[in-house]
Amino acid sequence: MSRTPIVVLGVLAAVALAACGERPQVITYKQGTYQGKPDTPPYSNPPFNGNQTEWEKTLTARNQNQNEYKRTR
Amino acid sequence: MARMKFLCDAERCIECNGCVTACKQEHEIPWGVNRRRVVTINDGVPGERSISVACMHCSDAPCMAVCPVDCFYKTEEGIVLHDKDLCIGCGYCFYACPFGAPQFPQAGAFGVRGKMDKCTFCAGGPEKDMSDAEFKKYGRNRLAEGKLPACAEMCSTKALLGGDGDVLSDIYRERVVNRGKGGDVWGWATAYGRPDAPKQPPAPKGKS
Repeated sequence: MSRTPIVVLGVLAAVALAACGERPQVITYKQGTYQGKPDTPPYSNPPFNGNQTEWEKTLTARNQNQNEYKRTR
Repeated sequence: MARMKFLCDAERCIECNGCVTACKQEHEIPWGVNRRRVVTINDGVPGERSISVACMHCSDAPCMAVCPVDCFYKTEEGIVLHDKDLCIGCGYCFYACPFGAPQFPQAGAFGVRGKMDKCTFCAGGPEKDMSDAEFKKYGRNRLAEGKLPACAEMCSTKALLGGDGDVLSDIYRERVVNRGKGGDVWGWATAYGRPDAPKQPPAPKGKS
């Protein structure tokens, strides 16, 4: 039995289905809205592990270090 | 927490460039890019002052408004960041920014502009926090470590303050009361608006 028709059919199928796995490479553009990757809040990782209150407390304490009137008292 | 802001006290800045050096060192900023710089106003005349300038993370950021690919976003803390994977380096943000904050590294031959780089308030960008990818693209994420921007924390005279806007205002108010002068904060009205400013009176009606 000749293999030619099978090979031809296989090649044709491969050509016909070549673009089926293609993913769209252009983002859907919505004007005026952020188009990039989402970002996580700064307190979502260790050492804060999602504890926003603890993170805010740490930053406020560091913020007060910039006030030498309080530091020298 | 309120809103993250920068405040530069022109009465205190001694033009040491410590903030510039701290920023460069912290984020390993390449040659030719200055996320922060010290500017002299009224150079050589009485009343000369120096101020440290970077992205002020404006309330109504003009860079966000003009970006043709919408790569800017604002965090819950009011920090203006951008996605470098989307940026096309067009330079519109540079023309829109009143502080000249956006920087463009040379990306190849013939002076081709690379993707925009600017101060991130030491908050990294849209990559996994404290990852190598984030450091390479945006620099160190000090905020995720519970620290404030390196420039402000490094400032020897505490002329440059960074952090929660309410706390900064309190610190600055105390200074002004103690020294009795220098109540104007350079750039604050431009960056954060002036909500208590009197509204413009309506135009008189009639023939013009």
